Amino acid sequence: MKNPVLNISSLVGVIVLAFAIPYFVEAFTVLNFTVYIIMAILSLSLAFVWGMGGIMVLGHSAFFGLGAYAYAIAAVNFGPGWEAVTLSMLVPATFAALLGYFMFYGRISDIYVGVITLAVTLILFNLINSTSGPQYKIGSAPIGGYNGITAVPTLSWPNGNFIDINGMFYLSVGLLILSYLFIRYYLSTRYGKVTVAIRENERRAELLGYNVAQSKLITFSIGGAIAGLAGCMFANWGSFVGPTIFGLVQSAQIIIWVIVGGRGTLIGPILSCIAIQWMTTQLGMQQVVNVGFVLGIVLTIFVLLVPSGLAPLLAKIPNVVRSRLNGKPKEDVALGSPAEEGQT
Amino acid sequence: MSDNIILQTKGLGISFGGLHAVRDVDFVLRGGELRCLIGPNGAGKTTFFRLLSGQHTPTRGEIIYKGKPLGNLQPYQIARLGIGVKTQVPSLFEGLSVFENLELAANQTFSGLEAVSIVDETLERISLQDQRHTICQELAHGQRQWVELGQILASKPDVALLDEPAAGMTHDESLKTIEIIKEITAKSSVVVVEHDMDFIKLIGERVTVFDRGEVIADGTFKEIASNPQVREAYLGRKEAAVA
Ligand SMILES: Nc1ncnc2c1ncn2[C@@H]1O[C@H](COP(=O)(O)OP(=O)(O)O)[C@@H](O)[C@H]1O
Ligand SMILES: [Mg+2]
Repeated sequence: MKNPVLNISSLVGVIVLAFAIPYFVEAFTVLNFTVYIIMAILSLSLAFVWGMGGIMVLGHSAFFGLGAYAYAIAAVNFGPGWEAVTLSMLVPATFAALLGYFMFYGRISDIYVGVITLAVTLILFNLINSTSGPQYKIGSAPIGGYNGITAVPTLSWPNGNFIDINGMFYLSVGLLILSYLFIRYYLSTRYGKVTVAIRENERRAELLGYNVAQSKLITFSIGGAIAGLAGCMFANWGSFVGPTIFGLVQSAQIIIWVIVGGRGTLIGPILSCIAIQWMTTQLGMQQVVNVGFVLGIVLTIFVLLVPSGLAPLLAKIPNVVRSRLNGKPKEDVALGSPAEEGQT
Repeated sequence: MSDNIILQTKGLGISFGGLHAVRDVDFVLRGGELRCLIGPNGAGKTTFFRLLSGQHTPTRGEIIYKGKPLGNLQPYQIARLGIGVKTQVPSLFEGLSVFENLELAANQTFSGLEAVSIVDETLERISLQDQRHTICQELAHGQRQWVELGQILASKPDVALLDEPAAGMTHDESLKTIEIIKEITAKSSVVVVEHDMDFIKLIGERVTVFDRGEVIADGTFKEIASNPQVREAYLGRKEAAVA
């Protein structure tokens, strides 16, 4: 990952591939892929908070949902512009900062942090669910209870043009790449390095003089903002938001994407999110029960057999290919230490 | 301050339930000093360090650092004031490389190119230049201890508290460790905890002896070694201490 030529070429590869996809598949498939990409942004945000920062968030959909609702409510009130997009990130980030303040400065233990976030998303679910009467309004936007908010005004391009199905796909891919590059950049800064250091050893970070609570709060808020951006895109995608995005199933899915993709990597959870969604669609199992069943099996397999996730496996592929091309025996690759693999 | 005192405790104590792990300790460390702290297992040495670094709050007494009481500062705040700790059980960023471990230490005090050059220099001092990209959990025990000492070297604290830096090391590794400790002394006042008398003898500096949470003696290695109370408390239980 540290090879800049490889990085830039793979980035260009992804962009070209993404640009080409709508020319080869039907509109319906583009629509499906768009939602996979939006969820990949969500998966990426948890990969950052949990995989990189070591903060176990069981109810990450809280921020996704807040972002979606914030966008929807703002778009109804002020129109679908940059204010609504900004709020979709600002509201969950602020909420994360407040919640994080109590959890991290209160020195609540890791497992309780996980449970509290889960409780929070379920509270939000119930709260929104119980607002179906016409008296529940924010500005001119009825919250709609279990019916959600329908006909959410959607974004247009800066020149005022309607964003069509392909445009929505490109916009999602663009935001995924931007979010990824932003996180990569952040992790390379002084602050970002502390994020990872805290995952590795909180006490050591503290004894070196790092303010652990503050750093966790920042990590948590950034993750909330990016999850909120995914929520904003999701609201745009279907021009609809409903309370199920706060639900248990949604939260569990994000965790599964990250576990299967590999904690400690960013690419892994992006790819696994796309692959798992594609797989569940292919199997025609969109019903909640069956999705849960399939996901359960996938999760069990990974936890038991591939605990470090997909990414470390995929990282070996270039080495295997290279050694095949060079005619070297495969054993050389197998013996390579993770540190060496990290260089490629 | 006129006697160049950098760290001082007055009547410092902490009890866990009924157990006085540290009791009424008056301790003085001067700028540039290298002090050894010895005592049998359970004497309270590690607890004393935890008090000094803010990991425990004293139930009695106070800690005066650079002329000011530390009060109830958080461990990270105390670290920023310039007190660095090498803990008894090695505590590293296990999944990160040696370079990253040292960089995180250097970054706290230095930035940019200066930090990088300090890391390079430190790698050389702890003889791990070739392992700079090795993940810490793959290092040998002795090397892990050196990485933690390297973090002290790289952050250059004013006071360095080293808890059993040579534990579990071979003789040669211990000699190298003494060299590293002497390097640390160039920038920091140092307190070294050790219960291996040979190691203390090799360092050859002033020694403070702890027993049952209290300071029972203080002096040169020779004075300490011939002190009957120390022999009774420490040497009498030495078999138990050598694990
Ligand atoms: N957190 C704690 N809670 C209760 N007892 C403790 C705690 N930490 C240390 N002790 C007790 O305090 C005494 C001193 O321990 P310690 O400082 O580790 O000794 P040393 O480092 O000199 O071997 C021991 O009896 C130990 O069991
Ligand atoms: Mg000890």
